[in-house]
Amino acid sequence: MKIKDTLENYVFVLPAVVIFSIFYIIPFIWVFQLGLFEWDGISFTKVFVGLANFKEIFLQDNNWWQSIWNAGYITLIALTFQNILVFMLAWACDREIRMKNFYRVIFFIPPVLSEIVVGMVWRFIINDIEGANIINRMLAAAGFPNLMHHWLSDPKTVLTTVAIVHCWKGFGWGFLIFLAGLQTIPHQLYESARVDGANAWQSMKKITIPLMIPVMVLVAILTVLGSMQAFALILGLVGGEFAGHTSVPVLRILASMRSSSPRFGYACAQGISFGMILVIISFIQYRFSKKGQ
Amino acid sequence: MLFKNVLLGIFVLFSVLGCSEQKLDSKPTINIWHWMTDRDPTFQELAKKYETLTRVKINFELYAPSDAYTQKIRAAAQGMNLPDVFGILGEKRDFASFVKAGHILDLTSYMEANNNSWKNSFFPKALAVNEFGPQNSYGINPGIFGVPIDIMTIQMVYNKKLLAKLGLDPNRPPKTFQEFLDVGAKIQAAGIQGLVSGWGEVWMINCLANNYAFNVMGEDKVLATIKGEVAYTDPDWIKVFTIFKQMKDSGVLAQGLVTMINKSAEQLFANEKAVFAFNGSWCVNVYKGMNPGLEYGAMLPPEASDKFPMAIWGGAGSSFMVNARSKNKEEAVKFLIWLMDQDQQAYLAAATNNLPANKNSLSKIPEILAQFARGMDYATHPNVWGVSEFSLVIEAFDRGIQSIIIGEKTPEQVAGEVQKIKERELAKRRTN
Repeated sequence: MKIKDTLENYVFVLPAVVIFSIFYIIPFIWVFQLGLFEWDGISFTKVFVGLANFKEIFLQDNNWWQSIWNAGYITLIALTFQNILVFMLAWACDREIRMKNFYRVIFFIPPVLSEIVVGMVWRFIINDIEGANIINRMLAAAGFPNLMHHWLSDPKTVLTTVAIVHCWKGFGWGFLIFLAGLQTIPHQLYESARVDGANAWQSMKKITIPLMIPVMVLVAILTVLGSMQAFALILGLVGGEFAGHTSVPVLRILASMRSSSPRFGYACAQGISFGMILVIISFIQYRFSKKGQ
Repeated sequence: MLFKNVLLGIFVLFSVLGCSEQKLDSKPTINIWHWMTDRDPTFQELAKKYETLTRVKINFELYAPSDAYTQKIRAAAQGMNLPDVFGILGEKRDFASFVKAGHILDLTSYMEANNNSWKNSFFPKALAVNEFGPQNSYGINPGIFGVPIDIMTIQMVYNKKLLAKLGLDPNRPPKTFQEFLDVGAKIQAAGIQGLVSGWGEVWMINCLANNYAFNVMGEDKVLATIKGEVAYTDPDWIKVFTIFKQMKDSGVLAQGLVTMINKSAEQLFANEKAVFAFNGSWCVNVYKGMNPGLEYGAMLPPEASDKFPMAIWGGAGSSFMVNARSKNKEEAVKFLIWLMDQDQQAYLAAATNNLPANKNSLSKIPEILAQFARGMDYATHPNVWGVSEFSLVIEAFDRGIQSIIIGEKTPEQVAGEVQKIKERELAKRRTN
């Protein structure tokens, strides 16, 4: 009877396991396997090179590490500037303010748009030669003509500009998740705190933040995964890697696949390495959040 | 038993009739994949015309943009389901991989039939792009593996009105590099943009740099560099890198050029905001669409040296290849022979403003197209050099020039970095 139950359970799980294996496990193993070969993606012959591709990525490929650094910078700005601002706005919209539904809709528009479209629209907004130069015009109108700048063609400002546009684009998801999290906190807790004489800051510190930590961890992990993998926005904004200043891991993987002599094997090894880096970062974040709790 | 036999008889009868019907009446459908959005309507019209003439159905399928098309072709090659006719976007090494994998039919015998009549109808430089010569470095048996459907040259174009506005003769664009640099000061004073191009997509930087490399050191030395016999730190290469610094310093380059995509560059030139553009002959059609009244001319990049002639990239603009595994390959070749005929080529050129690959069709084309066509005398292309540079070296080279333009690195620094990568790749090849 017990064996029959167990078998029955396996039969129920089997379709999901088969689908998961076909679309996740097998491709993953195949990509890893391809990472051990030198292959142009077309020829029938693949040359087995062992871990040489991984060795090249970790020890010789400076462009790869520069791309990781750039993606890390975008992620850092998204984790701090974007998430703090999003949290504050979600907190404001959770309270009884006028037109809060209107704000909710407005904040959710950017994530709905395609990254390429957002990149091209912002390119038009920012760019002074090809575009409308709106940012510089606004700066001049506000009395700061000395702050006018070639934001996208200066290597010192291009990555920060990309990061800020990325934050604008990613705003809505964090907002929605934070707002949903805030709405799960019972209002009686705030009322009790107010009766006990707590001010708004004390309520935030003692009630909101501790209860929101799991949500913050979720948003942080999603932000890291989304920001590290950003690339379409960069293509829309600056057209490519801009002498390495806007190169990110996904663009490097694409470059390996699309170069004049494509290296599919190397691109697969880059993909696996990048995946491992993301898993490690997410794991560290998770462990830290556990400790914090 | 009788019933069974009757049933079997009916089945056999239907099968035989079915087969004979198929054999007698059906004509194959030739499937062609391409990425040329601007040429698609004309291709469809020509397909209808061919179907009327031969009853062979031609099915042109457009997959754009070109990046998506490239991915589709690669995936189809890996899955062994390429169409009867297709094009390949990429370098010669890429093309060679398709040939080696047995995906592309050798067209030499068709080209050389009837005293080379098909072969002789093309511009030799256009055909060369699709040809593998004896002892080529790719290890391919010599032969012609593609049909050029049009030709292209990549040159500079200049706006006549803006040249006049700068006080220059609108019919005499700068010929020497110094004259070109001198225009930079006038451009700066007039507050307009100088040279625009899609240098955010880097391959166009590589193209202009190679033009100047041929001009400064000649073809033999450029090819010797690719073979690893001359270093990128050679003074001639440093001179090539320095040309970009001089252009930047003179003010002849448009602001933000290193992040400019070609579509933006085309808009700026067509809207008369930039004096010069570096672009391919396909721009004639693009500019016509954006600003039909634009007055401009084509010119070779101004010479930086009188030691060697200036070279520009040119040859086959787009080519079609026949799938060697297709069961319709004979019909596919027949269609391509018809498509490349003088009349169809002239029709295609008139409808799309592209330069025809059939040299007999050149007699009646607009002057601006003729200027681009005259550039064929100076044309070269990496695909005809017989050797290919390592992709990592090309990347370092292009990025390096971007760094020079934004003032981050000196020509000497870039030359050193490129050479370092070249040596690493050469060492890797030796150990393999």
